[in-house]
Amino acid sequence: MNQPSDESILLKPTRRVGIAGYGAYVPRYRLPASEVARIWTDGQGGLPIKEKSVPGLDEDVATMSIEAARNALNRAGVSPTQIRAVWVGSESHPYAVKPTSTLVAEAIGAVPNVQAADWQFACKAGTEAMVAAIGFVGSGMANYAMAIGMDTAQGRPGDALEYTAGAGGAAFLLGPADDSLAVIDATYSYVTDTPDFWRRAYARYPEHGQRFTGEPAYFKHITEAGQAMLDATGTTPQDYRFAVFHQPNTKFPQRVAEMLGFKKEQIATGLLVPVIGNTYAGAAIIGLTAILDAADPGDRIFMVSFGSGAGSDAIVLTVTDAIQLRRDRAPRTQDYIARRTPIDYATYARYRGKITMK
Amino acid sequence: MPEVVIAGIGQTPVEEHWDKSLRELAFAAIEAATLDAGGLRPQALFVGNMLAPQLSQQAHLGALLADFAGLTGIEAYTLEAGGASGGAALRAGYMAIASGLVDLALVVGIEKNSDQIGASVDAALATNADGDYEAIQGLTPNAQAALLMRRYLYDHAVPREAFAGFPLVAHANGANNPNAMFRRAISLEAYNRAGLVSEPLNMFDIAPNADGAAALILTRRALLPPGYPHRLVHIAGSSMATDTLALHDRADLLVFEAARISVERACLKARINPLQVDLFELCDGYSIYAALSLEAAGFAGRGGGWELAQNGASPAEISLAGSLPISTMGGMKARGNPGGATGVYQAVEAAMQLRGEAGANQIAGARRALIQCLGGPASSAVTHVLEALD
Repeated sequence: MNQPSDESILLKPTRRVGIAGYGAYVPRYRLPASEVARIWTDGQGGLPIKEKSVPGLDEDVATMSIEAARNALNRAGVSPTQIRAVWVGSESHPYAVKPTSTLVAEAIGAVPNVQAADWQFACKAGTEAMVAAIGFVGSGMANYAMAIGMDTAQGRPGDALEYTAGAGGAAFLLGPADDSLAVIDATYSYVTDTPDFWRRAYARYPEHGQRFTGEPAYFKHITEAGQAMLDATGTTPQDYRFAVFHQPNTKFPQRVAEMLGFKKEQIATGLLVPVIGNTYAGAAIIGLTAILDAADPGDRIFMVSFGSGAGSDAIVLTVTDAIQLRRDRAPRTQDYIARRTPIDYATYARYRGKITMK
Repeated sequence: MPEVVIAGIGQTPVEEHWDKSLRELAFAAIEAATLDAGGLRPQALFVGNMLAPQLSQQAHLGALLADFAGLTGIEAYTLEAGGASGGAALRAGYMAIASGLVDLALVVGIEKNSDQIGASVDAALATNADGDYEAIQGLTPNAQAALLMRRYLYDHAVPREAFAGFPLVAHANGANNPNAMFRRAISLEAYNRAGLVSEPLNMFDIAPNADGAAALILTRRALLPPGYPHRLVHIAGSSMATDTLALHDRADLLVFEAARISVERACLKARINPLQVDLFELCDGYSIYAALSLEAAGFAGRGGGWELAQNGASPAEISLAGSLPISTMGGMKARGNPGGATGVYQAVEAAMQLRGEAGANQIAGARRALIQCLGGPASSAVTHVLEALD
């Protein structure tokens, strides 16, 4: 607000930074939205998505982050000992106190010469970790930093969010621009104190402000961040082949894309929420992985995340020639989406610990 | 008795004003009405509000709003009659001027729902019903209306989609009102497809609760500023009546007795027959209430109110092109339902019609308007007759 949309608001490192490798992960189980409606609304009412991904009994944000990080490392072809930071953004960290990131760093072989921390900013914790990693590499403090956004999102049984609260996310190994498959052109962050969605300490499920999560929160922050990024970089939506926005349901990203002037074709590749649900801290960035799976050298990509509380990170990238060599070194995001086992509400209730015995 | 004229009108858009507080919203309407009246300074403030103590933890709105509007010191207090609070405040202002005790009165209707969401709003709204016998059993305002609509469909053998005409007309009219919450016309198909909220009420049978504030400056003609620019409108009739609060205490569920009595008295005071009005701003918080209000006012016989909403070879009687336009700026359904501010919005909109300032929705040659707001299922009914003066 009242800030100039000139170049001075952009967050740009002194050393140019890019994505050396990326990786996605989506658990195999799927709960159709119609199952939630069957149990809670007698099958009445519209469905915000087709189905959402559900983690198995032996999966959590740590195991899923490890899968995604290994995919990113495989694509980058970088030794894990060169990583100087492992940062995991999530709102479903398995522990309240004890980092997810140490577990992930150990598992991927990045310990002990490494910075590790967990990030929390609702659904933008993943891009928050990315921006920090860009700063870490861009300042010259490190050559490589791993930024992860991953969630096993919580939805109160019967709540509107239960239809969409999904599981999945992505990992990005940030490194020097000359060793990257996509160069970070600029990032911009727009943050206000807007309490649209929250989960208090010791609470099992989040609460939200119903329609307050829409206009004053999601739409306001994404359009402000997106427009400021367009203005400050002197670009227009037509300059980008792909765009991806935080995707809590099918309608919101479609509408916010239209508000900013992007066309359906530009967001189609990254729009995964109808088939995996809202992966919260992983939602915008798993869309980015699907785009990188399909992008050609020279393509420009426009991404804006949104985290409740509230804020948006806008990141613009340009794909390099390295994409062609590295893309097939790990499973594509669509491979994970195709690996699908539908379950019913009862199985979902068991897998997600919704039935408490004591 | 002095003639009571409406010197100034003001309103805010009706919507979810997440970024504005109760006092800011009310002030916006007060400022607009004061400007419209040429800067007249009121001596008394009558506030119509229904739920501020529950939803904003704020009572004592008279002193709050007078102070916030720079009117510290004047007489000021709240009138509360459920959804008819705005009409009650208007009547208090009318009585103050008509009695000669006050020269200049400010009437403000204000409702701020969006300070809270979900169940707490439903619980607050339910306090308008009988707490000991209705609300405690889980009866909500929607459920009350649903019970009456089911009874109406059964007793009068009316087809379910007969009620579509009310929201269709309201949305068509709201499309031209810049202050309306919903500005898109809806189709009969959309109405028939809409999900049920409380059977048989569907989504389009229920007006949306929202935030809004409207204000009026009332005075005597002699006190108007020189060069007063608007066609003058006066309050020709005013009446307030009550019925049983609980539905189960009524002899006949399908008669809005308080609505009938208050129309009768207001029209008697104005020395008119209700059929002589050019428009009727009624309570269309539920489509069934619109039908029952038309019957209570005598525009239709018992069980016949829905027929005025039918669109046959000619436009519906209640449309802008019909003989009895209602909800001319969208009504509660499309303009939005700002609770206790509704009665003041109705007066503002009727004054616009009578001044010839209603834009695309102007009813040609409108000289007389009937306005009526209800608390609950017409447990309270406040009716006014507004007339243009030449």
